[in-house]
Amino acid sequence: MGSYILRRVLYAIPIALGVTIICFSLIYIGPTDPIQAVVPDDATAEDIERIRIAYGFDKPIPVQYLMWLGRAVTGEFGNSLQSNRPVIEDLLPAIGNTFRIAIVAMFLSATVAFVLGSIAAFNHGRWLDRIVTAFAVAGVSIPHFWLAIVMVIVFSVELGALPAMGMGPDGSSSWQLDWTHVKHMILPVIALSVIPMATIMRTTRGAVLEILGQEFVQTLRAKGLAGRRILLHIVKNAAPTVLAVTGLQIGQLLGGSILIETVFSWPGTGRLLNEAIFKRDLPTLQATILLLAMFFVTLNLVVDVVQTWVDPRIKRG
Amino acid sequence: MANGTAGTSRFVDVTGTQVPVGGARAQGYWASVWKRLRRDPVSLACAAILLLIFLAAIFAPLIAPHDPYRTSVRFRLAPFGSPDRVLGGDELGRDMLSRLIYGGRISLLMGLLPVVMATLIGGSLGIIAGFIGGKTNMLIMRVMDVFYAFPSVLLAIAISGALGAGLRNGLIALTLVHIPPIARVSESVTTQVRSFDFVEAARASGAKAVTLIRVHVLGNVLGPILIYASTKISLSIIIAAGLSFLGLGVSPPEADWGLMLATLRQSIYVNPYVAALPGAMIFITSMCFNMLSDGLRSAMDVRL
Repeated sequence: MGSYILRRVLYAIPIALGVTIICFSLIYIGPTDPIQAVVPDDATAEDIERIRIAYGFDKPIPVQYLMWLGRAVTGEFGNSLQSNRPVIEDLLPAIGNTFRIAIVAMFLSATVAFVLGSIAAFNHGRWLDRIVTAFAVAGVSIPHFWLAIVMVIVFSVELGALPAMGMGPDGSSSWQLDWTHVKHMILPVIALSVIPMATIMRTTRGAVLEILGQEFVQTLRAKGLAGRRILLHIVKNAAPTVLAVTGLQIGQLLGGSILIETVFSWPGTGRLLNEAIFKRDLPTLQATILLLAMFFVTLNLVVDVVQTWVDPRIKRG
Repeated sequence: MANGTAGTSRFVDVTGTQVPVGGARAQGYWASVWKRLRRDPVSLACAAILLLIFLAAIFAPLIAPHDPYRTSVRFRLAPFGSPDRVLGGDELGRDMLSRLIYGGRISLLMGLLPVVMATLIGGSLGIIAGFIGGKTNMLIMRVMDVFYAFPSVLLAIAISGALGAGLRNGLIALTLVHIPPIARVSESVTTQVRSFDFVEAARASGAKAVTLIRVHVLGNVLGPILIYASTKISLSIIIAAGLSFLGLGVSPPEADWGLMLATLRQSIYVNPYVAALPGAMIFITSMCFNMLSDGLRSAMDVRL
């Protein structure tokens, strides 16, 4: 097990380096001189020249990459072109806010999906199965940011039951655990949950169906084990597959939260990215993408290790 | 991910039970696929809806009742059924029906073209990696892994955010998003097919690599690759709409479902139903693509 984890970590290192290369090149693939991406519009020619040297833009690209990587490791991503503060100061609270809804959405979708997916498999071919399957297809096909808007129309505009914007009353940026703040979370969390819920549901249904068809289940039934006792065996066998998909979905959920946060003006990474795109603030764009992607790489690593721990039969090379 | 058994999968139906080989074989593969598809009302309905949307988009100038760009103060956010504005008017009084018909052009293009490009590029990369194996495989697949390390929406937004707004940049970003998963599936299917005895036999009788790929590998991997690629169309349409929604797609006043969704967002308090229409079009289109590709998959008995 120890050597497997080590191998898996070693394998993740080149991937992580590759991710940094892609993030680094983001400011070079654009149509403008990369120096334009890091200086404010009103900078004088001397300023630009000074920054060009300070940031190493006069050096060969590989050297620039190493310098950039060195700064990135210490959390130095330059200044935001919107706020003129260090990017990291805007980024850290935004990440916290994103995680606040992402984690809730993840637990909600994983639990509901696992239960409904299993129910569907146990009722294979019957109406309950059809409803769950239809819901799963709709869930992966729906543009979730549109669903968010529709929910705002229904619950905020028509019913006036739930707030449509922000993280708390009067656009407050602090958060505490009380009903007024939780109320602001409900719609964003549901909108975020739809895609992972549908995907995990589909996978669970498939995995449980496959296990139900296996000989050992028939043996258990033949031996007289019924309902609940069989369920335990099935859950144990379906867990690794479901776990793997759930892990991947957390990453997709973080990606999707960009659009959801835009709809709900939720002050997270998504809104930060949206503003960065709008103002062509490439340092912020680069840093946000890098941190989210790194989180995703780590997450995949953790999922792989946990999966092997749950089911030692799967060891990926 | 893809543990589809390409060579034998034709004779194993979706539930995993063996289907008698003789009957399916006698009529020819594609005939039997068509026969199964014909008996699937959901797939047929989806195909019909998609055909309608396609035809409407292609012949938009002939069908659209009004000029989709002509603004009118009188019809600003007009409700459904207004005279001259059957599906209402948008925030500038333009005819919603005409704009929805024209809007399909860009949305369908953004859904299909990147998937076609990615299938050509990713499919070739995957087949090459799977067929040659060894170091070439390592190199190609590790590069794919790096792109795979980004959540798809995030990668699309990162690339088009860096490249800047516009249709061409959006198409590039979406193509790059689809290449790694398609390459992965192609690689894993090709690796399986390569190890089959008939490929080994052909190699032993002196067939060249190009012949091997063309005759033996392609015929067996194309089905699963195309089916997998078809599942990406709906994702592509949704991500494309998301890019437009963030202002990274085409720019106003162009008619595009994602962009219309974004510009009408301010109007949900005035006329929520008109504002919800473009999203409904995206939903219907992507749902039909999804269900059609599910139907095709079970008709072709491809397991991914």
